[in-house]
Parts: sequence; C-alpha cells; structure tokens
Amino acid sequence: MAGKDIYYVPHGSKWPLVGSLALFTTFIGGAMLLNDNPNANYVLLIGAAAVVYMFAGWFAEVIQESIAGKYSKQVDTSFRMGMGWFIFSEVMFFAAFFGALFYARMFSIPWLGGEGHGGHNGTHQFLWESFQASWPMSVMPDPSKFTQYKDVVPAWGVPALNTAILLASGVTVTLAHWALKAANRQKLALWLFLTVALGFIFVYFQVEEYAHAMNDLDLTLNSGIYGSTFYMLTGFHGFHVTMGAVMLLIILLRCLKGHFSKKDHFAFEAVAWYWHFVDVVWLGLFIFVYWV
Amino acid sequence: MSTLAHDHDHAPSGIKRWIFSTNHKDIGTLYLIFALTMFFVGGAMAMIIRAELFQPGLQFVDPQFYNSMVTVHALIMIFGAVMPAGVGLANWMIPLMIGAPDMALPRMNNMSFWILPFGFALLISTLFMEGGGPAGGWTMYPPLVLQTGQAFPFLIFAIHFLGISSIMGAINIIATVFNMRAPGMSLMQMPLFVWTWVITSFLLIASLPVLAGAVTMLLTDKYFGTSFFDAAGGGDPVMFQHIFWFFGHPEVYILALPAFGIISQVIPAFARKPLFGYASMVYATASIAILSFVVWAHHMFTVGMPLKGELFFMYATMLIAVPTGVKVFNWMATMWRGSMTFETPMLFAIAFVILFTIGGFSGLMLGMTPVDFQYHDTYFVVAHFHYVLLTGAIFALMSAAYYWLPKWTGYMYDEKLGKIHFWLSTISANVLFFPQHFLGLAGMPRRIPDYNIQFADFNMVSSIGGFAYGLSQLLFVYIVIKCALGGKKAKDRVWEGAKGLEWYVPSPAPHHTFETPPKLTKEMLEH
Repeated sequence: MAGKDIYYVPHGSKWPLVGSLALFTTFIGGAMLLNDNPNANYVLLIGAAAVVYMFAGWFAEVIQESIAGKYSKQVDTSFRMGMGWFIFSEVMFFAAFFGALFYARMFSIPWLGGEGHGGHNGTHQFLWESFQASWPMSVMPDPSKFTQYKDVVPAWGVPALNTAILLASGVTVTLAHWALKAANRQKLALWLFLTVALGFIFVYFQVEEYAHAMNDLDLTLNSGIYGSTFYMLTGFHGFHVTMGAVMLLIILLRCLKGHFSKKDHFAFEAVAWYWHFVDVVWLGLFIFVYWV
Repeated sequence: MSTLAHDHDHAPSGIKRWIFSTNHKDIGTLYLIFALTMFFVGGAMAMIIRAELFQPGLQFVDPQFYNSMVTVHALIMIFGAVMPAGVGLANWMIPLMIGAPDMALPRMNNMSFWILPFGFALLISTLFMEGGGPAGGWTMYPPLVLQTGQAFPFLIFAIHFLGISSIMGAINIIATVFNMRAPGMSLMQMPLFVWTWVITSFLLIASLPVLAGAVTMLLTDKYFGTSFFDAAGGGDPVMFQHIFWFFGHPEVYILALPAFGIISQVIPAFARKPLFGYASMVYATASIAILSFVVWAHHMFTVGMPLKGELFFMYATMLIAVPTGVKVFNWMATMWRGSMTFETPMLFAIAFVILFTIGGFSGLMLGMTPVDFQYHDTYFVVAHFHYVLLTGAIFALMSAAYYWLPKWTGYMYDEKLGKIHFWLSTISANVLFFPQHFLGLAGMPRRIPDYNIQFADFNMVSSIGGFAYGLSQLLFVYIVIKCALGGKKAKDRVWEGAKGLEWYVPSPAPHHTFETPPKLTKEMLEH
C-alpha cells in the first residue's frame, strides 16, 4: 500500500462513457416501451446488456487495481465516503415514497372523508359525499375507476416471516465479517452463503406474496392509494434486496477465489452496509405498510 | 512556486484526453463549455418567449409550443446551465484551493459529466415528438403534466438521468473536501467557495433523490394505474407539490450557494481586505441550507393548506432572511474602507450584491402568505426569481469566469471588453426584469403567450431588454475565445489582492498540480 504522502490518480478509462451511453440507451428503450413502440424491447435489451457490461468491466478493472496494491489508504477513505453518501441518497429516495404514504394516511384520505377545513370540505361535499376515510382504504372515493380488492396482506403471516429472515441475514453477514477479520475462510464462506441464501429466500417469499395478493386478493397497482403505496414501496425495496443479494453473491464468489484480507476488504463492507440499509428500510415497511 | 506544480506528465492527446478523462481540469473545462452552450440554447428559447410577448396577441408561435419553450427553458437553465457551470468551477477550483491532486473519485467525475450531453439529448428530443415537448411548466404539476404526449417518459427519464449525474458529482465533492485537503488545512481554513460547495453537495444528495421519487410516481400514475396524485383513488395532486418542493426549495439554494461562495472569494480580493466574518459566513451558509428543507410550502400558499401550515411556512421563510442578511452585511463590511479597484469580476460581484438583494426583498414579499395571494403565479414571481438567478447566480458565475479565466488560460482577458460586457449585461438585465415587477403587481399571469392590452408597454420594454441581454452574451463568448487564444501573459497571482492556494500554481495551471501534498505556510491559508 502506498503511503499517505503519495497521491493516487487513476488513469483514464472508457467505462464512464460506456456507462453514460448504456444508461442513455436503456432510458430510450424504456421510454419507447411506454410509448408502445414495437422496437422498444430490442433497445431496452441492448441498453440493459450494456449496463451489465459496464458494471462488470468497471468493477473488474477496479478489483485488478486493488489487488495490484495501487490503492492507498486515502483512496480507501474516498470509496468509503462515496458508498456512505450513496446509501444516504437511497434513503432519501425511499423517504419520498414513505412521505407519500404518510401524506395519504394523515391528510389526503381524512380530508376526502370530510375532515379538516372547518368542516367545509368541498371535495367531500360535492364530489364523493359517501366516501368514508379508513386505512387500509377499502372503498375508493370513486370506485368506478379502480380495482376493488378483497383484502390486504396481513402483517403476521409471510411479512413477519420475511422480517425474521432479513434480520437473520443481517446477523449472518456480521458473523461472516467477523470470520473474515479472524481470517477464518471456511466460516466466512459458510456465513456469507447463508446470507445470500436468506436474501434470495426473502425475494422468493415476496414474489409468492405478490402472486397471492394479485390473484387471490385482487390487490394491484390500480387499487387506489393503498395498492399504489403498497406495491411501490415493497417493489422498490424488493428490487434493492435483489440487487443486494446479487452483490453479496459476487462477494461470496470473490471470497471463494481468495480475494480480501483481514484488513483490506472494503468491497465486502460496502455490500454489508448496503445490506443493512435494505434491512432497515424493510423494518420501516413492515411497521408502516403492513402492521400499523 | 513552481515546486508546487510541475508539468512532467503531459496531457494525453486527441479525443481520448476528453472522453476518457480523469483530470479535474479537463472535466471542469468540459462542464464549463457545456454549461455555456446550454446557456445559449436556453437563451434562444427565452428569445422566442420575449419575441412572442413583444406585443399582445399571438404573433410567432402557437400557445402549446410557447408553453414548452417556457418549460424547457427553465429545465435547461437550471439543470443544464447554472448547475453544470457551478460543478465545472468546483471541479477546476476545489482541488486547486485545497491542495489536492484531483477530485477524490476521478472516474466517477467523468461519468457525472458525460451523462449531461446524453441527458439533454433525451430532454431536447422531446420538442420534436408527437404531441410536442413538455408544456406544463418545469414544476411538472399533475394532472396537467400527465397530458403530455410521447414526450412524457423521455422527460421523466431525463430528470432521473440528470439526477444521477448531480448526485455522483455531489458525492465526489464531499469526498474530495473531507478526504483530500492538504495536510494542515482545517475545515475552518478552507476558502468559502469550498465551504459553500460542500454544503451545496449535502443539499443535492438529500433533495435530488426525492425529485426522482416524485417523478417516478408521475410515471406510474400515467402508465401503471397508481393513484398517488389522483383524489378519486385516495391520493392528492397537492401531494405532488409537497414532494416536488421538498426538492425544489433546496434546489434554489443549490443554485445560489455556490454563487455566494464565488462572491466571498472575489470581494476580498478586490477590496484588498480579508473577508469580514469568515466563521459567520460558514454558519450562515449552513443555516440557510438547513432552513431550506422546512420552507417548501411557501411555493404553494394559494393551494388550500390548513392555516397552521400557511403560518409555519411563512415564519420559517422569514427566518431565512436572517442568515442571508448576515452574508450581505459581511460582503458590505468587507468592502468598507477597502482599497477597492473595479475590474470586471469585482463589477459583477458588486452588481450581484445589489441585484441579488433586490431579488431577496421581492422574495420576502412573496414569502408573506396574505400578500402572496395577490402575487402568486404572476410576473412578479418571474421578476423575483430572475433577479436571484440571472443577476444573482449567473452574474456570480460571470464574476468567477473573469476572476479565474487568466488562471485557466494563462492570458489576461480584454479588460475593456469585459467592462463593456458587464455594463451591457447589467443595464439590459434590469430593463428586462424590472418592469416585470409592475406587470405582476398589475396582475399579468405567468406562462401565457398573450396578454391584456394594458400590459403592452412594459412588455415591449422588457423584450427590448431581453434581446439586448441575449446579444450582449455573445460578447462574452468572444472575450473567452480571445483570452484562450492569447493576450497579455497572466502572472501566477493574477490579482494583487487575491488570496488562496490556487494563486501559488503557475498560470495557466499545469495539467497536474499538487501531485505531492503542498507544505502550507500561514500566508497560503489566508482568505
């Protein structure tokens, strides 16, 4: 490792440009898809493949440079700050959707039900006088426009089980970290494997729960604000868990290849931080979406 | 001095130097050129708007196109001109000011830049699509914006894309400032421009993801049947406004804080006095940033909020005047009894202090709930935010460009032409925007291509100012190109009174600087 007094500036790289182009193509493909363009799928596929290529290529280069010992302590600190603030930006992304959930529950539904504004609530009075506020909102203000659902997913079934699974995976990833710091590679592989497995089991249960909600309960994105907040919050969370599990899997493969040392394993820690972040978001979801 | 920087590692040649760059100066240059280009693209749209408003009645464009000009002009000026110009300056100057070899994450830095041309390709392409470009205003309020045609998903994805760029840029600046400062430079010894950019970066990271969430909800409302902003399903269109302005108000300070930083560098240099109240400047900037997260609903006083909400957001808004006042008084105290000279950067800085304060005062008027009911959505608002953004943010960026141009190019710009550019800009900008106060107070609404005959005179005056302002910016391009090509050689310390590390490296600054940490002396840390 280079000392603190020698700065490291990486050489030029094609990956940033490839990444920009890849995202550009993906966004165009996505927009074409929403505009019902018949060629959208091809563009989207090319874009998505290019994004994967960019991630694989960029990370491969960084891993090689890291193994070659090019990175100083200072570079390590920059990476840590980068990951930390990236996770904070993700927190704020979820905050927007939690904000929408709280706003609907605290303000828009009670107001639609006639509360507030000193009893002079025009929307309630003139548009949907029969609407009664409730949560989960069982009947929409204008039921003709929406899919009526039979029931909501109860907290103390699969969601509670999933909470236990995700919390357990937070423990196993920490045990894996301790094993890595103790240079115990077998334990490391075992605990990390368990974490990955728990992650994918969580995703499996989530998919099952979605299938049940859509097929048996008729709960869809079109089920008013309850369906909207339910699917968008759990959906984005599920997407993050899937990404996190894939990242953990890559870290597991790297561990099996003998990467990382007792002291030098920031990639492992970064993914562990990310994993704890999806864990914490889930707790928020469990409490405010499923439970109370 | 040359011990601090040497040019043994030459810049790579050809196109690869620019597209694969990891050099903060090259990336900074790319940002600045891109911002200037977008300034003219957005400016051309403003010219169309002013041409249409030159006389009452419909002359040149149809109302739909007029509305998309208003919408895209705003998006381009905010996300394409002012923000990238600020990031370009941060790229160029922060490593030089804190004695770092480069940004902390140079490759990510390059990606932050290269997203921009593609992001704006997405946005501008919407103007040529079926159904026209987005025309519901840059604030994208539903349900109006949901009527956008084919352009809609392109608009949303462009916002996502540009957001990714800004968040990466902000993370990079934070990591650079906290991790790459030369040994011996404490946080409270950093130049104020660095301070304002760190705080701006926090605002970016905290607010842009919220915008991404808000526009995602728009997208799912339109295409996937969600009802976030549809009252018939238990949502609320007003909820979008709350989420949007939770981003939107910090965004205002994202545009303004780097400008404050620039002014805090330029005024001490030409007043030949240390900045008055350095610590109070830092705390004032931080206070403004924190307060900016709790004032958002002053953009929506007329939407029908509960009384307690109106009062809270009014008082919180008034509070922002306190730290802003601290800054204005500090700039004046810095000038007080200084040995001032009036080179172009200083002229723009002084004009900033005066004209930004005018914009601040009209902001106070708009921040009072009862009177806002009259001003809301009128040209008074347009006048207000153009005073803080054009004669505010953009004047500060001009000041910065003249201040550091000799450091970038190695040559002095043409001072006489610079002064002409300043006076043309200042006079025309005031002719352009000052009458709009009166138009607004008399009741002329924003975002309408036609108007009542009583508003004709002031609109004609305003348009003439607009054309003059637009034309005089061409002079700026000429001055920059002329300066880049040659002229009087610039000294290392370009301005006699300038303080800070950037003046200890040669002019032009070599491709690599501070490859080893500089040994800081007391003198280097003055500001």
